This record gives sequence, C-alpha cells and structure tokens, in this order.
Amino acid sequence: MGLFIAQLLTGLANAATLFLVASGLSLIFGVTRIVNFAHGSFYMLGAFVGYSLMQVLPGAIGFWASVLLAGIIVGIIGLIVEVLVLRPVYKAPELFQLVATFGVILVIQDLALLVWGATDLLGPRAPGLKGVIRIMGEPVPKYDIALIVLTPFVLFALWYLIARTRVGILVRAATQDREMVAALGVNQSWLFTGVFFLGATLAGLGGAIQLPKGGADLLMDFNILAAIFVVVVIGGMGSLPGAYIAAVLISVLNVFGVSYLPQSTLVLMFVVMAVVLIIRPYGLLGREEVAGEHGQVGEPDRPIKPAGTVARVLVALLLLALFALPLAGSHYLVVLATDIIIFCLFAASLHFLLGLGGLVSFGHAAYFGGGAYVAALFVTHANTPMELAFLLAPLGAGFAALIIGWLCLRLTGVYFAMLTLALAQLLWSLVFQWDEFTGGDDGLVNIWPSEWLSDANTYLYLTIIVGVGGIILLRHIAHSPFGYALRASRDSQRQAEATGIDTKKIQLMAFTIAGVLAGVAGALFVFSKGSIFPNELEIAKSFDALIVVFLGGVKTLSGGVVGAASLELTKDYLTRFEYWRLVLGLLIIAVVILAPRGIVGSLRVLFERVRGASK
Amino acid sequence: MSAVLEVRGLSKSFGGIQAVSNVDFSVAKGELLAFIGPNGAGKTTCFNMLMGQLRPSGGDVFLNGEKITGMQPRKVWRKGVGRTFQITGTYQSMTVIENVQMAIISHNKRLFSIKPYATHLYREQAMSLLELVGMPDQAERACSILAYGDLKRLELAIALSHAPSLLLMDEPTAGMAPSERIALMELTAKIVADKGISVLFTEHDMDVVFGHSHRIMVLNRGELIAEGSADMIRNNPMVQQVYLGGGSVFNNEQQSDQSHA
Amino acid sequence: MKGLKQFVLAAVTTTASMVGFVGSANAADPILIGEINHYKRMAAFAEPYKNGIELGLEQINAAGGVIGRPLEFIYRDDQGKPGEAIKIAEELVSREGVAMITGTILSNVGLAISSFAAEKKVVYLASEPLADALVWEAGNDYTFRLRTSTYMQAAMLAEEAAKTDAVTYATIAPNYAYGKDAVAAFKKALLALRPDVEFVTEQWPALFKIDAGAEAQAIERAKPDAIYNVTFGGDLAKFVREGTTRGLFDGRAVYGLLTGEPEYLEPLADEAPEGWTVTGYPWYDLNDDANKAFVDAYLARYDTHPKIGSLVGFMTAQSIAAALEKAGSTETEALRQAFVGLEVSTPVGDIVYREQDHQSTMGAFVGTTALRDGGGVMVDWTYKAGADYLPSDEEVARLRPVSK
Repeated sequence: MGLFIAQLLTGLANAATLFLVASGLSLIFGVTRIVNFAHGSFYMLGAFVGYSLMQVLPGAIGFWASVLLAGIIVGIIGLIVEVLVLRPVYKAPELFQLVATFGVILVIQDLALLVWGATDLLGPRAPGLKGVIRIMGEPVPKYDIALIVLTPFVLFALWYLIARTRVGILVRAATQDREMVAALGVNQSWLFTGVFFLGATLAGLGGAIQLPKGGADLLMDFNILAAIFVVVVIGGMGSLPGAYIAAVLISVLNVFGVSYLPQSTLVLMFVVMAVVLIIRPYGLLGREEVAGEHGQVGEPDRPIKPAGTVARVLVALLLLALFALPLAGSHYLVVLATDIIIFCLFAASLHFLLGLGGLVSFGHAAYFGGGAYVAALFVTHANTPMELAFLLAPLGAGFAALIIGWLCLRLTGVYFAMLTLALAQLLWSLVFQWDEFTGGDDGLVNIWPSEWLSDANTYLYLTIIVGVGGIILLRHIAHSPFGYALRASRDSQRQAEATGIDTKKIQLMAFTIAGVLAGVAGALFVFSKGSIFPNELEIAKSFDALIVVFLGGVKTLSGGVVGAASLELTKDYLTRFEYWRLVLGLLIIAVVILAPRGIVGSLRVLFERVRGASK
Repeated sequence: MSAVLEVRGLSKSFGGIQAVSNVDFSVAKGELLAFIGPNGAGKTTCFNMLMGQLRPSGGDVFLNGEKITGMQPRKVWRKGVGRTFQITGTYQSMTVIENVQMAIISHNKRLFSIKPYATHLYREQAMSLLELVGMPDQAERACSILAYGDLKRLELAIALSHAPSLLLMDEPTAGMAPSERIALMELTAKIVADKGISVLFTEHDMDVVFGHSHRIMVLNRGELIAEGSADMIRNNPMVQQVYLGGGSVFNNEQQSDQSHA
Repeated sequence: MKGLKQFVLAAVTTTASMVGFVGSANAADPILIGEINHYKRMAAFAEPYKNGIELGLEQINAAGGVIGRPLEFIYRDDQGKPGEAIKIAEELVSREGVAMITGTILSNVGLAISSFAAEKKVVYLASEPLADALVWEAGNDYTFRLRTSTYMQAAMLAEEAAKTDAVTYATIAPNYAYGKDAVAAFKKALLALRPDVEFVTEQWPALFKIDAGAEAQAIERAKPDAIYNVTFGGDLAKFVREGTTRGLFDGRAVYGLLTGEPEYLEPLADEAPEGWTVTGYPWYDLNDDANKAFVDAYLARYDTHPKIGSLVGFMTAQSIAAALEKAGSTETEALRQAFVGLEVSTPVGDIVYREQDHQSTMGAFVGTTALRDGGGVMVDWTYKAGADYLPSDEEVARLRPVSK
C-alpha cells in the first residue's frame, strides 16, 4: 500500500512539468491554430535560462525567483518569435506555420549550443527541499511534494485567467470562433501575441521547474515534444483541465508501467493516445472541431490544369539531364541525385495526401520506413531475391497504410493527424523493441541490390525510372477522376456524398496509394544504403516530409517535389559548416516569410505579377 | 399519376425532443411540391431523412416503390434523387464545369479510374447542363470566385447531372436577391416541366412558394398541419395561426404574386 | 535548379582536378581520412574526441607524417542518421578520395558504415561505437574496431561482482541495443562465474527519457543485493539523484558500465555516487609515462583535460598512422591487410587488432567511485587489458560469419 501511494505521488510529481509545458502548447493551438513544434525548444530554453539564473541568485528565494524569471524570459523570447516569425504568416494555409516553428527549433538548438556549450548541465537542487518525507515508510522527495501541491494552483490560476478575466473570455471566444472575435473589434494580432507569450512562459516554467529532478541538455527539446503533443491530444486540444488530467494519466500510468511492465517505456503513451482517440475522437475534454465548410483557411486552391507544352519539355529535359548525370563523371553526384529522387518521391506521396486529400498525416514515415523494413526483413530472414523484396516493400507499406488509414479516417483535422502519429509511433516501437526479428536499433544491414544493379549509375537509372515514374504517376492520378474525387471529398464532403461519392473509401484508397508510393521510396532507399534503421520510421522523418511539402507549396501540384529537392540540396551543402542548423533555420524562416504560399506557389504568383505588369 | 416519392409515418426524435412526428405525404411525377413552415418546424430534418443524411426514428420512405429508408445519401442519389443545399457546398478548387463533370463521372461510376484527364471527360454533357442553367460562359471560371446566385445555379446543374427523377431543394433561393429568386425558380419550373422531374422544396419566400408550386405542405412543430393548393393553404386557419396572424403576410404575398402572374 | 547547376559545375571541376592528380600523387599531398560523426547531436562526446584526433595528428605530422606525407582528417556531421552517414561516406570516398573511413559514436551508424565498407570495399575503423555485432555477428573483412567493446567492459565488471556475496541483482539499462547488449553480456559473464546469482528485475527506461523516480521505486520493490547500471548522460544524472534521495543505493553494491568516464561522471559534480564499481578513465591519477605524456600533452594543447573520447580519438589517429606506415601505401587492400594483426603503441600500452575478429585489445580502467574536491573520481583502479576479457577463439569463430 505504501509503495502504491509512493508510486502514485511520483506520477503526480512527474505530471507537473508535463502539464505546464503541454498547457502552453494547448493554449497556443487553441487560439492561434498553430501547431508549435518549437514548444520543446522553449522548454529547453527554460531549463538553460533557469540554470544560469540559479547560479547567480542564492537561496530558496533565489531558486523560485529563477524559476519565475526563466518563465518570463522564455515568454519574451516566444513573444519575439511570434512577432518576427509567425505574424507575417498567419494568412498562409493552415499548418504552414509549423514550418516556421521548425526553423525556430534549428535556430534555438545552435544558439543554445553556442551559449551553454555541449556538456549536460545537472540542475541545482531546490534549497530547503533536498530530503525525503516518509509516507507509510516509503521515501517521497520533498520536492515532489512541492510540485504536487503547486500544480493544481497553476491550473487554478490559469483557469481563473481564462474563465474569469476579460482577456480570458477573449481567449476562450477566440478558441471557439476566431472570426467572431475579429468581428467584435478585438485586436486579434495582439491577442495572438499575448497567448504566445503565455504559452512560451508556461513552457519556460516547465523547463526551469524540472531542474531539481534533472537538468538541461541539448536533446531536451525533441525528447519532450512527442509527450506534450500526446498530452494535449488526450486531454483535448485547447482544454486546460483536459491537459492536466492527461498529464496525470500519462505520468501515473508510466510509473506503474515502469514497475510492472518495464519494456513498455517506449510505447505506453502512444498506446494510451491511440485508445483514447479511437474511443473519444476529440480527446477526453475536447470538443468536436468546428471546421469550416471547406476545411482550410487561406485562399482556396486553384483549379489544376494538365501540364502545358513548356512544362512537359522542361520535365523531359530534366529527365534527360538526370539520365546523363553519370557522364558528369562524379560518383558522388550520382549518389546525391539518387538520394534526392528518393526523398522527392517520399515527399510527393505525402503531398498527394496532404495537398489533394487535405489529409494531414503526421506519421508518413511509417510507410517509407515500413516499406524499407519489409524488403530488408525478407532479404534477411527469407533470403528473398532483391527484385522480389523490392516489389514486396510497397505491398507491405500499402497494407500498413490501409489498416492505419482505416483506423484514422474516423477522425478529422488535427486529431486525425495525431492518430496517424500515434500509430506510426507504435510501428516504430515494434521495430525498435522486437530486436530478434528486426534487429532493434542496430537495424538490418547488408541489404544490397543484386549484382546487375550494384553499380551506382545503374542504381540511379533504376531510381529515375521507378522514382520519377512514381512522381509522374501521382501527378497523373491527380488529374484522373480519382484525383478529382479526392479533391471533391476534401472541398465539400457533404456535396460529394450527396452526389454518389463514397468519400471515406476515396480517402482510404488515397491513403493506401500514398502508402504504397512511400513504400516504393523506402525500397529504393534501403537498397541504395544497404541498411535500414528505426530512425527511418521516426517522427523526425515524418516531419522532414511534412516540412518540405509546406515549404514547396501545399496548394500546388509540384510543391512536394520542389520542396524536397531544394531542402536536400541546401542541407547537403550547409551540413559542411559547423553552425549549419542556425543557417538552415534562418533560411527556412526567411523562405516562410518571403514565400507564404510555399516556393512554387509564391513563384507562380510572382510570375503572374511580372507577366501582368508587362502586359 | 403514380407517386415518385412516398413517405409514411416519418418520425425523428433527438433525445426526448420529437423533431418530426408521423409525417405522411407523396410527390407525384412532374409535381412541384413546396414544403413550408416556420423556423424549426422540421423541414430540413425531413429533408435530411429523405436523402439519408439522418436516420429516421420511425416510418418509411419509398422512391418509385422501392424502400430507401435510412439509405446513405450517396446511395439515395444513385437511385435518382438530386439535392441542393441551403448553404452551397461546391468544390472550391475546381472550375465551374469541373464541378458538374465530377457529378457525371460519379454517375458513370468512374470515380476509381486513375486515368487522366478527368477534365476532358463528359465535357459536352456538362456544358449542356451549364447551358440549361444559363451559365455556359462561366464554365472555365474557378468556382471559388463565383457570385452566390451563380453558385446556387451551379448546384442546380450538379443536381440535374444524373437525370434524377426527384429533386430535393433545401431553400433554393436563400441568400439571393428577389429578382434572382424569381429567375431561379422560373428556371427550375421550366426544367422540371421539360424533363418530367418531380421537385420537393422548402422555402421561406412565400412569393416563390405561392408562385411556383403545384401543391404546398405546411409543417409545424414536426407535424404536417395542412396540405393543398396555394389557395387552400392561404385560407387555412391553422396555417394562419402558425404564421402569427399571418393573414396580412399572405395577402401581401398574394398581391405581389398576382403582380407576377 | 540553380543549386543543381552549381553542383554539376562543382562536381565537374572537382572530378577534373582529381583526374589531373591521379598517378602523380605529390609527395607533399596529405593523405586524407574521412571522419564521420554526430558532431551536433552528440556534441558533448564528439568534441573531446575530435580534439584527441587533432592532437594525435599534430604529433604525427610534426614527426614527418606517414609514408612521407602529412596526415589529414576531413570531419563531417551525419546528424546521427545512418542513411546520411552512408551518403557522406560515398562522398568522402568518391569525391574527396579519402584513404579510409573512421568515426561514429552511435552503434547503429557504425553498423551502417560497416556494411557500406564491406560492399564498397573501403576500410573502416569503428573508433567509438561499442556494439559487439560490429566485430562479431555483423563483422566483415573491411571493418576494424578500436574501443573496448560492451562485452569486454561488462565482463570486467562481472568479474568484480563475482567476488562479492551478492546473490540478487537488478539491472537498469536504456531501452535500446547498447543497453540490451550490456545487460546480456553482464548476465552471461556473471552467471558463468556465479551460477547461483539471480536477476530479480530488469528495468528498461527509454533512452534520455528516464522516469528516474519510478525506476528507483521499481528497483527498490525488488529488494536486490546489487544493481547493475548501464544508464548514462542525463539519464544517469537523474537516476543517481533520485536513487540517492530515496536511499536506493544504501547498503547495495552498484556496478556502473562507463559510469567512471569523465563524460558521465563530471556533470554529476558533488552528487557523484560513492562506492560504485565502474569502468572509466581516471586521467587525473595516471602516473605511468605513456598515459601521463598524453594527458600532459592534451592539457598543454587545450584548456581542458582529456576525456575518454579524447583518448579514443588520439588512439584512432595513432592506429591509422600505424596502419598506413605498415601498408606503405593508401591502397585499400594493402591497408586492410595492414590492419589485420596491427600492433600499435598507445598511451594505455600496446594494443593489437586481432586477426580473428578485428577487435583491438584496448582495455579499460576499473575502479571505485569517490568524491574528491567536490567532484566524482575513480579510486583504487586498475587497468585491465582487453585481451583477457574476450571470448575464446572458438566462440568468436562461431559468432563471426564466414569471411565476407
């Protein structure tokens, strides 16, 4: 009994940080609809800033003042980010801002490395709260008790702010109906800035308050990201009590998981999230999303047209150039081109879902990595010939997409996105954990192509034929009746259903097609690298694809491919420098601000303007 | 005249609230039947049950003698029922003509074809529908920049694209200028007459109702309280009661109605 | 598009210049070595390592280089991604014309490069990755490994553990391949010495996401006599703090793999655990000539002291120079053959790259942790030669696939 209570208290104490950080994320999303990937970075900054302050400010008062100050300083940093980076792009298509926040992550990572150095910092202990209290004989750290007591007060303070003050009423109103608030004459941009400040402050507080239980290191930002998204989604986007309940639920379950099912540490929270979402599609305390009739903000997509002669000639020339690439004599160029085409196909498959279907998959790497693993597993365990394994990869990926798609398509919007993420993460942990079969994180090695393809040039030809072929196939599908039906299902599901279109079936089919083609990309990948590791299934890989689709222009047909090629080339060049993340981050932010329609979309507008002016 | 649509004992309750109770009616071939009643009377609920967006709590719906109760919207559509909505729901990312083509593609069951180019399919057929509703010159415009009245006409063209035997129109003229309303309903009446389609529509504008329907049904609090010709409805005391001493309302309408006629 | 054009241009010029040089390798041209590492993702470990290499190179080149040419490393960041590492390896080999490849800390990246090396016939010296598979299950002709492997270090700790009368053990290790290998190796080695030992609980926190309070409670619940710890970095710090606060370590023997390495012990400062038996690197107390010479040179060259990574980096440079010298050329086949059975004199003594599995015989320091001047140190340590802690030749032959 004593142990049970002690474990419960550990869980409650762990929930404190999680709740603080997640509530900030939830607020920001609720009001601004920004999926703030940089929230983990604010948390990390809170820890570093808090650490530095605690070195200077002495005693118990100094400690708590440092925590508060760290929160406020991070809040100000958040405010600066909002004003400089996000404000210019509020009008961009939904979710476009996440690209900007991704740039912010990169910048903060390198800046933190510059300022605080690479070594992990061990957090100072809270003065006066170093020891333990015995509860029924079990030791419970005093600081844990402090956190347990403190968190409900924070929750209450936030609740009071939201429920009882004028600002709070505006925030709540904005959560439910942004246009209405704007119509009431509220200065929306300052409201957004204020909420961003508050959200970042909470993240900073979370980072500082966990110092006595941990410390500050450069991996903190990504390490907490998945967990806080899970908490926000389980609790219900925009709901503070929901975030608290979810943080407690996850933390307590985790403590008992550690004791009674020690291997569960990787998957537990994703299992909980998947179960909650399947039973309660909008989280524990969330409301159904009030999506507009067309589901998207920003200007509507333009009608698509078959490629004109000029475009066709250009593509033909590009293909010719690719085929002639080995003549340039550089082996590396061939390898680089192979890599880029593979990534382009992966991005194009996501773009197909995202751009045409309006289906935001946050877990698209599941099909890329999944396909690669299917091929690698057949080669490793069944000595399957490379050619056959190559064909089985997309089938496996497509099958996974079919099942995951079927489960996720009951949900919409961000909840859909989060469930795809959760299920992809389950697949990842399966691969990661089941090492007898999948090699765990040591991966599967020696998955090389057959003799006739082993030359890099030949493999490039294969990649061009299959990869570019896949991209062109996707484009063809976009112009086919199926592609139109997919867009129809996105534009107006009601109208589509009322004119005989089985929208769920269309979307599931699209999900599967995207999965198959991601699987093709995965197969090309595994045989070009000769090995596969779980990181190709990771969240980060899914985000890579997501970023380039938005960067290229989600509302254009070629955005995914152009975005992928641009980013890969830029990265290939920049990673040669020491602070490449800083530069890349700034570059991404610049592109986001200068080209809010994405690279292709903005170039198109620019081109039209120039042509319009010359007329 | 055989009934195209026959509704028997249709009921719907939400929780404890009876939104529609025991409604019976039928629509004859070629008939323009108006469905009126104050806000919250249950018209749209009825519509949604006919088209399958809502599942009835009780009762049955027959289309040309076949039971379609509780069928999904897309299946009801395939049986030959077209529908327009109170708030338009067209495909913003397509051109006007592509919106119509989409419905024709669906009707021809080519939705899962992955052969390009959809934009070349059934163009002539779609164009003739656009001509029918008087917007051939807008065919290539992006749907997202259409005026509201044009969207309504486009929806009509879409609803007609699979040569339906029955058309359900929910507030077809809502949000339109008065002159546009008359024009749209005249257009509808003409098309219906030419093609022998039956129409069931709800409408707030009594001008439209009295001017363009063959028969009128009045729904109040989920119950059918009156049914008959325009004159019969005008003089029905229960209807007048419902419309809050609406005699004057009707008289005004009558006058303007007559001025059209 | 413009980017691509530039790349084509750059590539063509580079290729042209390379073609121009082939056959007339100038005596003064440096021999290039490709170094691939996670400079950003694991900056705390990669930086001391790189410093070690640079120090080694300075000494080698000051002494006239190797086979009459200066030795130079090209450092590239792989972001910790195996796929990226392969791409960079391709570039280093084909565009930069490196003689061989070295590097990586993460085992999975090491394994990916190792597979690449065998396929493309490039020599790869896995300097820091610890996975046993690198030289055994996934071993190949072109891959060699310098650092004392997981198995060797775990066996050293097991030997110490076997001397005590502890019977019940708890293990805690990060939930990934290295953690699992480390626990499996310790169990195997300890059970071989003490069949009566029982493992009462195994804890597997997610890497860098440890829930230390819960882990401490879970171990306490099992009431073990001793604890075997494999956590490191931030996880270790949190585990030590929660465990100490809750009295988990009181009256228990604790064995910590790598815990004595400065990379992990230093961040703990005055909270470093006392009395743990650990492997590590007590640079501060090294008195013999070779070790001391390295430490002094490092202290003189950089503002800071060496870490274990610095030592490995230094020995990497030494090993590669020795192999080149022995091969007398930069040809892959000659270099590969030179590595087999290569003997190198290093700060920790002479090591050999074994013929049977390409593992070097670099050993490890085993000692007890203590506090000194507000920081953790290792005391009562001994250096254990790696050769004594490897499985028998028959077992190695069984583990290692037929020559590939």
